[in-house]
Amino acid sequence: MAKGNSEHTHPIGESTKRVDAPDKVTGAALYADDIQFGNALLHARVKRSPHPHALIKRINIEKARALPGVKAVVTGEDFPGHIGLYLQDRYIFCRDRVRYVGDPVAGVAATRVEIAEAALDLIEVEYEVLPPVLDPEFGASPTAPIIHPELGQYVVANFIMPVAGTNISNHFKIRKGNMTEAWGQCAAIIERKYRIPHIQHVPLEPHVAIAKVDASGEVTLWDSSQSPFAQRDLIAQTLGINQSSMRVVAPVVGGGFGGKAGVSMESLAVAIATKVRGHPVKLLLTREEEFYTAFVRQGLISYFKIGCDASGKILAMENTFYWDGGAYTEYGVNITRAAGYSCTGPYEVPNVKTDSYCVYTNHPVGGPMRGFGMPEMHAGLEQCIDDLAYQIRMDPVELRRRNCLTEHSILATGGKMHPTGLAECLEKAAQAIGWGKVAPPSSPNKRRGKGLALMWKAPAMPPNAGSSAWIELSEDGMITLGIGCQDIGQGAFTVAAQMAAAAFGVPFESVRLATPVDTRYSPYEWQTVASRITWSTGNAIINAANDARTQVLELVANAWEENIDDLDIIDGSVVSFKTEKEISLKKLVVYGLPKPDGSGWLGGPIIGRGSFMPTYVTGLDPETGQGEQAVVHFTTGAQAIELEVDLDSGKIEILKGVAAFDVGKAINPEMVKAQMEGGLVQGISSALFEQLQLKGGVVQNASFVDYRIATTADAPLKMQSIIVEVPQADGPWGARGIGEHSMVPTVPAIANAIYDAIGIRFDGPPFTAEKVYLAMLDAGIVKE
Amino acid sequence: MNYHKISLTVNGSQEDVIVPSNMTLMRMLRETLALTGTKNGCSAGECGACTVLMNGEPINSCMVLAVECDGATLLTVEGLAQDGHLAPIQAALIEAGGVQCGFCTPGVLISAVALLRRNPDPDEAEIREALVGNLCRCTGYERIIESVKVAAKKQAALAFTTA
Ligand code: FES
Ligand code: FES
Repeated sequence: MAKGNSEHTHPIGESTKRVDAPDKVTGAALYADDIQFGNALLHARVKRSPHPHALIKRINIEKARALPGVKAVVTGEDFPGHIGLYLQDRYIFCRDRVRYVGDPVAGVAATRVEIAEAALDLIEVEYEVLPPVLDPEFGASPTAPIIHPELGQYVVANFIMPVAGTNISNHFKIRKGNMTEAWGQCAAIIERKYRIPHIQHVPLEPHVAIAKVDASGEVTLWDSSQSPFAQRDLIAQTLGINQSSMRVVAPVVGGGFGGKAGVSMESLAVAIATKVRGHPVKLLLTREEEFYTAFVRQGLISYFKIGCDASGKILAMENTFYWDGGAYTEYGVNITRAAGYSCTGPYEVPNVKTDSYCVYTNHPVGGPMRGFGMPEMHAGLEQCIDDLAYQIRMDPVELRRRNCLTEHSILATGGKMHPTGLAECLEKAAQAIGWGKVAPPSSPNKRRGKGLALMWKAPAMPPNAGSSAWIELSEDGMITLGIGCQDIGQGAFTVAAQMAAAAFGVPFESVRLATPVDTRYSPYEWQTVASRITWSTGNAIINAANDARTQVLELVANAWEENIDDLDIIDGSVVSFKTEKEISLKKLVVYGLPKPDGSGWLGGPIIGRGSFMPTYVTGLDPETGQGEQAVVHFTTGAQAIELEVDLDSGKIEILKGVAAFDVGKAINPEMVKAQMEGGLVQGISSALFEQLQLKGGVVQNASFVDYRIATTADAPLKMQSIIVEVPQADGPWGARGIGEHSMVPTVPAIANAIYDAIGIRFDGPPFTAEKVYLAMLDAGIVKE
Repeated sequence: MNYHKISLTVNGSQEDVIVPSNMTLMRMLRETLALTGTKNGCSAGECGACTVLMNGEPINSCMVLAVECDGATLLTVEGLAQDGHLAPIQAALIEAGGVQCGFCTPGVLISAVALLRRNPDPDEAEIREALVGNLCRCTGYERIIESVKVAAKKQAALAFTTA
């Protein structure tokens, strides 16, 4: 780990300002759509399936090809390879069959967007419509039509378990303890079913990709991306290009939340560009396309059965999850795995039986979204915990106190929990919301309630997800930090600069980042997902800094004829504790130092390198889900909500939201809090408004008017963010991730507060004014 | 397609441009004048990312045709900083942490400028109201609202020192 430098050069725990903010407030920041490509630029549009499930009988592109201004028309015939992150189940353009409304069937490149659009209308596609699967529980049943008959032949990662001949693309199981015995010992058992709708990420910047293939076949892709390296690998594999011949440049990203991870629309742009060499080809999704063709958050039908003894000790849990994975589950299979190994929530449960099924449906493609299965799974679970408490007449906070994970707790997968501040998060959130104190509503036609929920989440990633970094020094003593992670708004670049400064021994202002990320020049990073960047890239940065430090200190030690252990780099200078000599890093890191006897020179340009991969993660038994260390670590936390329900309208107003998370160590406390606030409001938005309305597989609300997200009018009047710091043994300065976690417990915290206010439970979000009002009518709380 | 020659003032400088009839102001700014600070979030008047000031009023530039801007005065995010000095609202947004991905930021800045010109000392409810058309998916809004308060104070301080 990092060497202890003086406070002055150690900007860890300081809320330094964002390095990218000045460019962003002046309009200078370049997002992918802002890059100018001149007259050679062609515009791409995509012909999409109008059917949720159909066989393609015939495609005729001749008329489209003949339209003046059209430079290329491509179809699935041109690109035979499969693509996919964990399960290769997707063609770039559909070949024999379409599986959702919006599935790409053909692509056009033309000199103007209008011409490309006109060309789409000239493409004739003949379909044989097939019965669709529009419900995951039905989809998992033996009577459902099969959406991917070739499932058994797909290439798949070794920890994903597809069931050939069915629509189940992953079946994750936990079998632990003795269920029959456990149920017999329970004083209270509750059983519930919940439904979580599909929602969209809605980054403010729509997806955009510009691809160019040069005369020798070298490919460049500029796109709004969380995953430049994964895109390089997957697209290159599928199109038969060498990875090193494919370059991905990822400029400033206008929000991602998982939606710009992996490969989705980027491969379309590259595929089309292969047919018009020399021309950059731009594909920009319209906001409407964004709603139904970008990754959606998978829907979920969940069943919970949970039992505890009279003292509130949870004894058993049986969960069944049917994930609505959509038409392709190449990325989504891992969400269902993550929900499987996290199925108990942050509680110690000795007896567990869980089946988590990823199910193909003819819905939009499910993919990663902030929380990666955790918000969906916790939504039901954390309401069950409240109900269980009510059933044994115990305060829900007390029940959580008695069961929540502490260090050494045994997890559902058999491993042991690391040190965690979960209990402290619970106490602090409860205290901040004034748990147990009843405040009167602000008017007689309102009811007030409080709710709380806990959460945990691990970075869900393959066991060999690596990070790397380099550090180069220049004549003026500045250091340039190369990283391959992306700043999608969370502040990764700023935190990376803080960590490099601290680890190397220079002021924060002396660090420059080698951005934008460019796979040709930036060091490798698996993907900017899973809230793993501060932790994983941070470790790589420390390693790179230590490598560069060692080179500098060895050089100076030789030149001064001193022992390296007596030297340190502090505030941009090498100092000797023994002789009290001091020399600035300026010049010496490039030009070296004269030999002590003056006979020549020592040193030369210095570059430090570092990488990191968690090689200690182990596999799980496919039948029981048991294993030593399933994941690297868990971030834990709590949220509490105080709200009012308007009896006249059913409208819910969030008065106060409290978030408390154990981040291990807050490298930049204000940015940690900013993540907590942003996630809380995104969670509130998903609780109160958001749902992709699907009718027969067709999205009904593909606009900001019909798909509403939280505005300034909906954000809570008061927010409080609480940082808890129980260090992570393998984290940089003890840090863990926080980006996604802050929206995980929001829905159940709100649901529990609604129950506290009006005594009604819903089978799932969104808790819209209409739904709440009708439920209150049904319950006789209000009269028509 | 018909083309039109229009003259307008953008961020203080006089521009003559030729635009097709169906070109929106947003596209003209981004494509013809290469002022890409104004963002395209929806092209439908629903997200506020493309907000600019036209003759002093905030408008969604994706909903206005370029030809309608003949003779108009426009202010975009690129025109906020003066002589390399950030406007108070820009500095406040950095200070209060109201920038994350930054895609909503240009529109937020312009809406905030319009508000502060109208009302130099807005209360929280007025700020929320003025920014209700500027969607932000990252920040949770709290720090944006805080930024406007900070800017109002800074502006007041500026007015005081120059008075
Ligand atoms: S782009 Fe104009 S309002 Fe969204
Ligand atoms: S900062 Fe990302 S949308 Fe506002």
